[in-house]
Amino acid sequence: MTPQTITEKGNTSDDIDDAEVVVAARHISKSWGAVKALKDVNFDVHRGQVTTLFGENGAGKSTLMKILSGVHQPTTGQLFLEGKRVHVGSTNEARDLGICIIHQELSLAPNMNVRDNIFMGREIMGSTGVDFAEEERQTRKLMTELEEDIDPLTLVEDLRLGQQQIVEIARALSSKSRIFIMDEPTSALSATEVEVLFKVIHDLKSKGVSIVYISHHLEEALQVTDHAVVLRDGNMTAYAPRAEIDLEWIVRNMVGENFDLGSPPTGYDKGLAALELIELDVPNSTGNGRSVDGMNLTVRAGEIVCIYGLMGAGRTEMMECVAGRLQSSGGQVLLHGQDVSRLSIAQRIEAGMGLVPEDRQRDGLVQTMSVGENLSLASIADFTKRFLTSKPAEQKIVERTIKDVTVKTEGPGAAIGSLSGGNQQKVVIGKMLATTPSVILLDEPSRGIDIGAKAEVFGLLAERAKQGLAVVYSTSEVGECLSIAHRIIVMRRGKISAEFGPDVTKEEIMAASGEAKVA
Amino acid sequence: MVDSTTGSAQTTEKSAKFEVGRLLLEGRAFLALIAIVVVFSILSPAYFTLGNFLIMSAQVAVFGLLAIGMLLVILNGGIDLSVGSTLALCGVFAGFLMQGIEFEALGVILFTPVWVVVILTLAVGAAVGLVNGVLIAYLKVPAFVATLGTLYVARGVALLMTNGLTYNNLGGRPELGNTGFEWLGFYRVFNIPISIIILAAVAIAAGFLLSRTAFGRWLYSSGGNERAAELSGVPVKRVQITVYMLSGVCAAIAGLVLSSQLTSAGPTAGTTYELTAIAAVVIGGAALTGGKGTVRGTLLGAFVIVFLSAGLVIIGVSVYWQTVFTGSVIVLAVLLNSINYGGKKSTS
Repeated sequence: MTPQTITEKGNTSDDIDDAEVVVAARHISKSWGAVKALKDVNFDVHRGQVTTLFGENGAGKSTLMKILSGVHQPTTGQLFLEGKRVHVGSTNEARDLGICIIHQELSLAPNMNVRDNIFMGREIMGSTGVDFAEEERQTRKLMTELEEDIDPLTLVEDLRLGQQQIVEIARALSSKSRIFIMDEPTSALSATEVEVLFKVIHDLKSKGVSIVYISHHLEEALQVTDHAVVLRDGNMTAYAPRAEIDLEWIVRNMVGENFDLGSPPTGYDKGLAALELIELDVPNSTGNGRSVDGMNLTVRAGEIVCIYGLMGAGRTEMMECVAGRLQSSGGQVLLHGQDVSRLSIAQRIEAGMGLVPEDRQRDGLVQTMSVGENLSLASIADFTKRFLTSKPAEQKIVERTIKDVTVKTEGPGAAIGSLSGGNQQKVVIGKMLATTPSVILLDEPSRGIDIGAKAEVFGLLAERAKQGLAVVYSTSEVGECLSIAHRIIVMRRGKISAEFGPDVTKEEIMAASGEAKVA
Repeated sequence: MVDSTTGSAQTTEKSAKFEVGRLLLEGRAFLALIAIVVVFSILSPAYFTLGNFLIMSAQVAVFGLLAIGMLLVILNGGIDLSVGSTLALCGVFAGFLMQGIEFEALGVILFTPVWVVVILTLAVGAAVGLVNGVLIAYLKVPAFVATLGTLYVARGVALLMTNGLTYNNLGGRPELGNTGFEWLGFYRVFNIPISIIILAAVAIAAGFLLSRTAFGRWLYSSGGNERAAELSGVPVKRVQITVYMLSGVCAAIAGLVLSSQLTSAGPTAGTTYELTAIAAVVIGGAALTGGKGTVRGTLLGAFVIVFLSAGLVIIGVSVYWQTVFTGSVIVLAVLLNSINYGGKKSTS
């Protein structure tokens, strides 16, 4: 790996000299099997101030927060609270220590009302059981504070997403914690609700409450933060107080000097249009909107197209619709000029199109099957004659694919769980490549795999593109757009917001995605 | 990369240490079966006799057939609670056909040959399975609820068909050419009951289906991870419907065998047999979450259950205690399953 960029202001010393530091994390590392999510991270939370964590997806922000809040235990390293070493074994222990987390994914019970959700697990007991009247009174007070007109007796499932987020925040407020961790608290909020939240944050600060803030919305985060910490690939790369930083500083440290992930393959002619999307619409899961809205895209044989966008931009939905998992509500998908909209997933694979899904555990791998059986899963028809599978024919496909995508495994019979994340990802990609597709869609192919495996995956795709494969991959790491892609498409709210060649800058891509406006 | 090589070296060391333990764990149904036979043979001279083995094999045939169908469903990650009722419905249906179908308007009674009865009965079993499959795959009714519903409906239909009575005359009449129904349950070839031969044939067919056909691969993959299987082009819905139909057919075969053995077809036959079938599958090492299990294990499971309860009867243990023992064996088997699969997960 390239050497880390310089830590701009070191708090890497082991002493916690500052009396204003409420929580100090020292040398925190966390690994999941072979994957290292955090590497020797030091981190301070200041009393009555907001500390914001910046970093791309998979940089380790959420893992770090889950360690602070007791969801996970660090593999190595220590936590100090007010200078004393503490062990946070569970979320309950964290709560007893006054640490409270507002999760990115809502953790409310939708079948219960607002009041019961806020006091869940901490019910106020009166002489005759739960004192509902008191709970309701306090809930009303919280809602007034948050300037939200929500009746305490409304069922949470009847609230819209932003209001549910407010309830989540209200629950955290009512716990009277000293340290708040807010993981993407504004993602579902309207502009006015964000303003109210920031007002509440100021209030909390004046009461001496410390806040750890995580947001993908860089400008918004800069409005409230007092300190910035940047994580990249599990390392803390930079740390500075608000006064010394600006947006460019954050972006520079987030993205960093990237490991060389290759360059767009050249020296051959691209073929005819392999995949065409014409005015493609995909309804969203609630059915009252569109996650992909009138999208047009043409990918030629041998071309590599990168789709960049924030979470919820519609990348996954677009790919799943093209692959046949989701129904479109309008428009066409053409494969070599043929409309495939009515074909099943199996027929589309047969026709030469494959999807490597975003979540390999959930959608890519069958954990109960071996490496070999996973690799051959999509090409069963190729080694089946008259209803019978042929072992030798299967073995040939499996061995060829293991060699093609360089899976490091004890053999085709090994359990899929015995592979590292990167090799598991290669199995999912290899499974699709074994069907000899002419178009391959990869949804976040580099997610959760280490940098070496990333380079191998991209190298493999570049190689295949030279042989005429049309490659579409999505990413939420801007550095990966600038690797092998001939073209970079930026998606925002279901539409293409910009299209660039390989010579674009990271800042331009991020600006088009709505992440940040960097001059 | 240095980490990963030392890591794998450690796991091979570990696996060598646990090899004996794992072997015991994986062969547990077989070992249990041997233990059961040995212990009861010592306790009672009547256990290890041809007569007793014939009685036990008759029961194994019925439960084994149901359990193989159940295995297919459980491999898919589902459950089929309707097999006991389907068994009764199919038995009654066969009995009904054996009585002759009377067309009042024409004044004739149609007697069907036994092979036609068999085919029509299997079709009824498949039809019940089809209803289950469509409810589960297309109408998204949870398998537990859908098959619980058909459990009641099939039983109700069987009761309605006979008005609650039992068909006692399944012999047919030689002059009508529809004799031979008792052949299934009573005849033997080289001293092996036909019913056991049928079970063996079904087991071999199911084993072949699972290990050598594309369908088998589809079934294991969609049971292991339906989403991944679907994205790999596996027709998951078709697989789902097919397994319930096959389970229904297995129940129909079991129904034919049972009514032939009893020489009567009653609408209350096979009550709670679905639970015994599930128990056999579980004891045989299949995971209720789907994707893991074998025909061999399931058959062993069926043998364990039948041989255990027959042994308890022979040595004179009270019926109430038999129930307690059977229950304990099931829980013990699942306990070992979770150790087995849980252990595999942690070493990965």
